Order: sequence, then C-alpha cells, then structure tokens
Amino acid sequence: MNTTAPTTPAVSIREVTKRFGDVTAVDAVSLDIADGEFFAMLGPSGCGKTTTLRMIAGLEFPTEGSLQIFGDEVGTLPPNKRPVNTVFQNYALFPHMNVLDNVSFGLRMSGVEKKNAAMRAMDLIDLVQLTGMEKRKPNQLSGGQQQRVALARALVNKPKVLLLDEPLGALDLKLRQEMQTELKTLQRELGVSFVFVTHDQEEALTMSDRIAVMHDGELLQVGSAEELYERPVNRFVADFIGQTNLLPATVAENDMIVLDNGSKLLCPNPHAVGSKVSMSLRPESIRIGTRDAIPAPDQGTSLQGVVSDMSYLGHALLYTVKVDGLSLEVRSEPVSADRRFGPGDDVAVWWDRTADWVVPD
Amino acid sequence: MSTNAGITQPRGLTRGLLSVNAWLVYLFFYAPIVLLIIFSFSDNRNVGVWGGFTLDWYREFGDSQPTKAALWNSIQIAVASTLISVVLGTMGALALERFKFRGKQVFDALLYLPIIIPDVTMAVMMLLFFSQIAGWLGLSKGFATITLSHIAFSISFVSVVVRARLAGSDDRLEEAALDLYATRWQAFRFVTLPLIMPGILGGALLAFTLSLDDVVITQFVAGPGWTTLPVFVFGLIRKGVTPLINSVSVVMLLASTALVAVSLIAQRARGGDVV
Repeated sequence: MNTTAPTTPAVSIREVTKRFGDVTAVDAVSLDIADGEFFAMLGPSGCGKTTTLRMIAGLEFPTEGSLQIFGDEVGTLPPNKRPVNTVFQNYALFPHMNVLDNVSFGLRMSGVEKKNAAMRAMDLIDLVQLTGMEKRKPNQLSGGQQQRVALARALVNKPKVLLLDEPLGALDLKLRQEMQTELKTLQRELGVSFVFVTHDQEEALTMSDRIAVMHDGELLQVGSAEELYERPVNRFVADFIGQTNLLPATVAENDMIVLDNGSKLLCPNPHAVGSKVSMSLRPESIRIGTRDAIPAPDQGTSLQGVVSDMSYLGHALLYTVKVDGLSLEVRSEPVSADRRFGPGDDVAVWWDRTADWVVPD
Repeated sequence: MSTNAGITQPRGLTRGLLSVNAWLVYLFFYAPIVLLIIFSFSDNRNVGVWGGFTLDWYREFGDSQPTKAALWNSIQIAVASTLISVVLGTMGALALERFKFRGKQVFDALLYLPIIIPDVTMAVMMLLFFSQIAGWLGLSKGFATITLSHIAFSISFVSVVVRARLAGSDDRLEEAALDLYATRWQAFRFVTLPLIMPGILGGALLAFTLSLDDVVITQFVAGPGWTTLPVFVFGLIRKGVTPLINSVSVVMLLASTALVAVSLIAQRARGGDVV
C-alpha cells in the first residue's frame, strides 16, 4: 500500500447531486475514499447509497458536482472508460456464458487476446476457489459460488476501485459471515479500495475501515465503526448503528440536561441551552442493581426505576426498566437465576459519565 | 402433461371421457393431414377418390413451370420480408422495452394494429397505398409490393415475440457488460443479442410462415403475372381440382415442418461461447 502522504484519494466526490425528475436521490454529497480503503456506504433502502455507487461506476451521471477517480474527472465518462468494476446485486452474471467466459469478458472487451485472457481468468477462478467449475453455467452454481464468480469477473480487470452493491444480500446468514471474512482478507491482500454498499449495519461495522451513513439522499456522517457507534452526529445515526436508548431531553444551563420526565442529569454537550436533544445510551453500558448499590454521584449518573420485563438471551440478559414514564433497555451479564431481577422489582440503573452521548433532534 | 403430486388424477368415467376427448382432438387435427398425404399419391383425377398408388402428381409438380415459378416467388418473398421484418421488429421491440420516449404509448398501440385488423382491411389499405404511391416511387406491382406488404404485418408479430423475450431478461446484464469495458454495441452483440436470440428466431419463423401462407393480402397487391404459391393453388381450385394441389400442399407442409425442426434445433444448440 502507498505510504507517502498526502496521496490522491481513490474516489473524490464533491457536492454531487443526482435528481431523477422531481426526486433528489443524492443531495450535495461530498466525500473522499482513500486508496486501499474498505469503505462502506450504509443506509436504509432509498437513502441514495446505490445511486452514489452507480455514479462512481458511470451507470448514472451526476446532475451537479464533481466526481474524480484518482484525480481524473469522470463525471460523464461512460462506464467502459473508467478504471472501476462492479459486483452487482444478485451478481448479473451472463447466463449464456460459462464461468470462464464470464470471468474473461472484461479482458476480452479491453482487447486481450483469447488465450491470454483465459489464462488470467483461470488465475482469478483459482483465487476465488472455483477451480474445476470454469465450464459450468451460472445456473449450475450455488448462490455463494455465483457471488465468487461475480467477484472474479470484476477483479480480473485489476480495477483501481472495486464497487460492491449489496454483494452478500442474497446469501444466507452463515455463508454471509464467511464471505465477509473472505472479502476483508481479499481486500487486504489486493490493497485495492473496496466501496461497499449495504443496508446491514452489522456487516458494515465488521468489514469496513470507514463507513458513510446516508439517509434521504444526504450524507450524515463518515467515520470509523467506533466513531459512528460512540459519537453519532444525530439521532438517526445513533438509532441506525447498533441498539440504543434515545431519551428525549432539553439542554439546560451548567452542562445539565433535563429529560422529558423531569430528571436533571449532568451531561456536558456543545448544544445551545434550550434546544431539544436526545440522550443516546447503549443498553450494554447501563448497569442494573438494587437501589442500595448505587455508586457515589461523582462516579456516574443514576436513575431509579422498576423492571417491567426481562428476557434471557443466552449470552446476556435484557431488561426493560421503567423510569418515570421513560423506558430503558438494559443489557447485563447472564447471572444465575436467583440473582436476576423480575418484573415489578425496584431497581436502580447507572452508567459512567463517558457512556452517554447527546445528539441533536 | 405433468404428474403433479398435489393434483388428483381423474378416475373412472371422467378419465375415460377425457381420453376420448384427447383422441378426438388429435383426430380432428391430424386426420386431414394424413388424408392429404395419402391422396397426394392417388392415381385418380378426382381429389377424393383413391385410384391406386402413383407418384405422377409429384412429377407433374416438378414439370409444371408455373407451379415452380410460384414456389420460387414465395420463397424469395418470404426470405426477403423475414429478414427485413426481423431487423425492424427487433429494433422496435428494443426501443419499446429499453427506452422511454415521447409517443411511446401511441407507437406501442400502432405496432399491434396489423395483428388485430382483418386481412381484407389490411389488403385494401395496402392496395390503396400502392396505387397512390407506386407510380410515384417507380414500384411495379409484384415482388416489391408483396414483400413490402408482408413486411408491414410481419414486423408486429416479430416485435411482439421479441418483446416477450426481452421483458423476461435482466437489463442489469447490459450494465454489467458496460462496466466490464464493453461498448454499447459489444454489450448488445455479446450479451443482449444471444439472450433474445430464441425470441428473434421464433419471430423469424412466424414471419416466414405468415409470408408463405398469406393469400388475401398478396392477392390484392400482386400484379398481373405475379403470383405466390398459395395464391396459385387458390387459382387452381377455381379451375378444377386435381391431386396436383395435394402434392403441392404436402411439399409445403414438409417445408414448414422442416423449418420448425431446424429452428428448434438451432435454439437448443446455441451455446454460450460467443466471446
């Protein structure tokens, strides 16, 4: 990988907007994707992540803005003139061609002579562990194998950036987890930027160096998994990444916030006094105990409540605790049955000062 | 006939009646064909009377200049009109299936028109059309006018068949080809075309058969001295029928069957090795 800094980003998107008629699919998005980075674009369906990917591929052209690949403006260049390749959702393998012809297609189209193309295609077929399947047609392959063909077909062209559009969406859970590891390993070995579109936040968190969260055509936040999880910029990101308790509140003076049920908590934040915010509190960072077990106020924030529900998850216990009209999800260690709380038990919940995070509404 | 496990098989009387019905349908379909073939070998000038085995009628077909000329005309017209209507029909299908443009719905509806309107109407229309512009364009009634008329109705059939095939195909495949450095033409040539080829062949076969069969429209637009085989046969009937008609019909039947067989084999044999 390139170590000289500062390097040209693999993909550089500046104020890119895409409109389809009256609908704005992508709204003034700017982001840089570094060379050799595993970059995920995450968001619910219709958030504009796939449109952004298609604009990088050249399958859509931006209505406004600039799009560069390694410093070259590619805004309206057709897909066959761009140094990128795509792994399509549901793979889009050519059904009338066997695996070898599918994989060597890109090379053949760029003028590589047949024998040579076949040889290089065979290398890639070996790399994705499909040796011996090169004469099969796509419909004679399992979902996982088709996905490997799609990967080989794109990678054989040595793209500078590989684009992946929900590549694991069609696979069952176990296979998907295997492929996640494999993709990650492959990306590290090749050192090529992977731009990966997914609606599955867990997938994005496990695989990516950085993640861009999109919603309604807007780019909300770009950052590492840790940054997104611990310091989300707004309510949507906090809610979308992992599970969290979002407690509506108002900012008060002296670094205090007032929850909607009236509780006043010390919670330093940069937002203006009087503005409506939400406090995000991850279920696993809340402790639960009897009311006499509350730690000293300088060691954290605590509230008193009543257990309304408890579920046993195997690796954890999940409590729902009612605190003055608010409801909190609390995840705790799976302690033995006699030490668990049940519905109706009076409890206290508390957490470290660093565990809560205030986001604007 | 599938033997689906979930569907109860008919029994007893129902089963018996159903099989009688099936046999009746077969009889209705194929008995005339069998009779036609048998009587084409009959040594009797009356079409429906058996007079012992002979190959005379086939010999007469071979010797009869007008019959052979009509057959040759038919083949030329069928080949020409098929080739042109396949190209135009496929292009029309692609345009309607892949692109959005102004007047698309009108174009779509108009394309179906030749399928719906009666042959006679179409024939009169074509005749009127040619009588207005033929002299102006220097067209004489005959090969050109018949071929043009056949193209006019075949395009609809071709585009309907090709569209059905296109609708079932995934347009992301073309995007994948473009993404893999294919030009628009290469994407069409190596991905779309092979995938819709069965539709195109089916459409071509339909166009060829329709052209070979057509009597009504051809009769209207054919000039004096110009005739196709079906029109010629139709003329023979009026003059008095001999089993020559039977032999001509058998030859046409065999030709159509061979055509269907060839197209089926061609579709099956199409491999994926296009690159």
